[in-house]
Amino acid sequence: MTLQKAPTPRTAATTTVPVRSVVERLFRARELSLLVIIIAFIAVTTAVQPSYLLSAGGWRDLLRGPAMLVVVSIGEAIVILTRNIDLSVGSILGLTTYLCGDLMHATSLPILVIVLIGLAFGAALGLVNGLLVAFLDVPSLVITLGTQYAYRGIAVLWIGGNFIRPEWVPGSFKHFGLSQILTIPWLFVVGLVVMLVSGWFLSSRRGGRDLYALGSNPDAAVLYGLRTRQLTLVPFMISGLLSGLGGIMYLSIFATGDSKVGIGYEFQAIAAAVVGGVAITGGSGRVWGVALGGFFLATLGTALPVLNVPSLWQQAIVGLLIVAAITLDRAFFIVRQRQARKAVSE
Amino acid sequence: MSHLLEMRGVNKSFGAVAALAGANFVLDAGSIHALVGENGAGKSTLVKIIGGLHERDGGEFLLEGDAVEFQSTAAAKDAGIAVIYQEPALFPDLSVAENLFVGRQPYTGRGTIDRAEMRRASRELTKQLGVYIDPDREARGLSIADQQIVEIAKSISLNAKVVIMDEPTAALSGSEVDRLMGIVRQLRDEGKGIVFISHRFDEVFSLCDTITVMRDGAHIATSPIGAVTEDEVIRQMVGRSIGNLFPKQEAKLGDVVLEVKDLTSAGVFYDVSFGVRSGEIVCLAGLVGAGRSEIARAIFGVDRYDSGSVTLNDMGVPKHNPSAAMKRGMGFVPEDRRKQGFAMTASVQTNITLPIRNSLAKLGILTSRMEVASAATWARRLQVKMRALDTEAGMLSGGNQQKIVLAKWLATEPKLLIVDEPTRGIDVGTKSEVHRLISELAGNGVAVLMISSELPEVLGMADRVLVVREGRITREFARKDATPEAVMYAATHATEEVAT
Repeated sequence: MTLQKAPTPRTAATTTVPVRSVVERLFRARELSLLVIIIAFIAVTTAVQPSYLLSAGGWRDLLRGPAMLVVVSIGEAIVILTRNIDLSVGSILGLTTYLCGDLMHATSLPILVIVLIGLAFGAALGLVNGLLVAFLDVPSLVITLGTQYAYRGIAVLWIGGNFIRPEWVPGSFKHFGLSQILTIPWLFVVGLVVMLVSGWFLSSRRGGRDLYALGSNPDAAVLYGLRTRQLTLVPFMISGLLSGLGGIMYLSIFATGDSKVGIGYEFQAIAAAVVGGVAITGGSGRVWGVALGGFFLATLGTALPVLNVPSLWQQAIVGLLIVAAITLDRAFFIVRQRQARKAVSE
Repeated sequence: MSHLLEMRGVNKSFGAVAALAGANFVLDAGSIHALVGENGAGKSTLVKIIGGLHERDGGEFLLEGDAVEFQSTAAAKDAGIAVIYQEPALFPDLSVAENLFVGRQPYTGRGTIDRAEMRRASRELTKQLGVYIDPDREARGLSIADQQIVEIAKSISLNAKVVIMDEPTAALSGSEVDRLMGIVRQLRDEGKGIVFISHRFDEVFSLCDTITVMRDGAHIATSPIGAVTEDEVIRQMVGRSIGNLFPKQEAKLGDVVLEVKDLTSAGVFYDVSFGVRSGEIVCLAGLVGAGRSEIARAIFGVDRYDSGSVTLNDMGVPKHNPSAAMKRGMGFVPEDRRKQGFAMTASVQTNITLPIRNSLAKLGILTSRMEVASAATWARRLQVKMRALDTEAGMLSGGNQQKIVLAKWLATEPKLLIVDEPTRGIDVGTKSEVHRLISELAGNGVAVLMISSELPEVLGMADRVLVVREGRITREFARKDATPEAVMYAATHATEEVAT
């Protein structure tokens, strides 16, 4: 007697399945929609108050203001790409600001040297994060929560009630924070360079693609023989370095600072990354999107008061945007999975 | 000439459990070599050692005559070894082309990744395998078959000399299997050595030229495929004395407690019907992935099912509602106790009293004393070895953990107990204690539904054996008819003819 062969539980799909619809492609082009929203937003704000954009100061502030957030967010995003998170960026930024201000006051080192010291200092703090995460196998959420407090504690101990006095900061450095080239603020150029270099690295170098691979499937990365420890560590260093750069930019803009500089900045950075299309679970997202996300959030901060939105609402709106961005990502993920499953069962 | 790959006397233990004990394996170039054995015979461990994922504890490992020592998967890969796991491990967010070339993407003269070249190369590779997969689509959502093609293409482009496939056909349809087998033959003709792990004997016998049987972590036999019959291979796989290691006490069978009717969950299992009587132990036997655990989870209500019904003592058990199932008198000891059955960081007493929290509490308040009183009784009865009841449960050995999971359900005094792989990863001594416990329970009139991949355990314990294959119950054996050969044959063959 013969039983009929049971159908194989899973039958497989045809070779190619058009998984993404046109609509989805449009929405997935997060950069494009963000750009449209930003432009519309600036247009509306300018219509309400023309000097928001159409004055020398307005134009400069519009471009200059977001640069710092963009730089720090890009560092944060690179960490998130590898399925980690860095909660210590604000503390690193604050410490670096004060270190550089203090060095300008207490030593006669050339500014360029002080800037390099600041960058190295930020990278070193990032390295500490990276070492702890890569070698202790403790989730980065916990490690960097710890170092966030630790770094902030060091700042409070060291700085106490002091603050950087504007006269400590050399005029040429302050001038850099204000000056423009062809009406473009130098700080904006700094942000642009960071974006271009990191974007190029992430999309066009093996090392950059390895970061995506690690974040996309850490188990597979091990099986594939990628150097996962190194790939975990380096992003934290980059994030520390860029946070340090952010601190230096802060000093050039405000020429002052106390032990509280950068508190809560990590959440703005994470928000910018998420709004800019970086998956919080790692493996996907682009630097251009992050830059636009950071630009958008910073612009929101300056434009909402102009539009007479009460400051209480501003936070709620930012929060709503984050939730909307994540919900949208999740929805498309589910749709795509469902389509894939359907294709498999057909 | 030396062999392509040779392993001699390889040992590997995980804690107290020996996964490999003197395993030998020899692979030649231009050969398709079948590696077969029961679940848990050590095939996967052997593969992981070859692939550089585990380090061996002892023994020799030669590649083309030279001793090798892999510290990492990268080292194994560089030495020309490619392992294709049953569920291929791709990077879902990267494109197919990038998955093929991660870590070694071609560069242009300017030092950036040459996407055009990568696309061309990946198209060529998949075409070589007679398939077209769009190099630009992301890997997420590819069928298992196509994911395997990507992995095979990767091994070709890596110039792998040894290609290991761990149950590659388990998730494939008939035409996909044919396609895969064509590709495997092509690889062989190119002089690669292929290790083909499979439970499907028809495939093994039509595809492979050599067969190695493993059992209990050791090498049993290697023969040219023409020199053995399926029956001989099956006997080599199961051939071990069952003895009285698993003492099932005779119990008087009572009324039907559990009645499952036409249970179906599309794509997972179909038309599953059976009953379990009071005092009876019914075993679901079959290969890993046949759908046994899924059936059990559906009965208890952890997973959903599409149609059919479950009744317990003539009362319907609602779908997808474990807490209702518990109220009606079901207990469930899951397969992966660390993940599903156990609060690792909670104390022993909390674990034991977890399901009876409510009945134990007075006026909604549960004191530590009540917990201790109840937990101590069970810990004593089960002879759990521990320092104190407030020891963290995760600190105990696997066997004692399993006893605690059992204790947890026994405390609810179930009418039906479902146990899924109750002795996996447990040392031999504790194993027989677990068996004694389950058997005692049946003696007290509890209906037991047991899932086990260890044949001796199935045959020693079960009053009735139901063989599940590809989501269906294909055979039923009474205790006296259940021989290892017959059960193994039924689990691996689509037909109902029984080997003699």
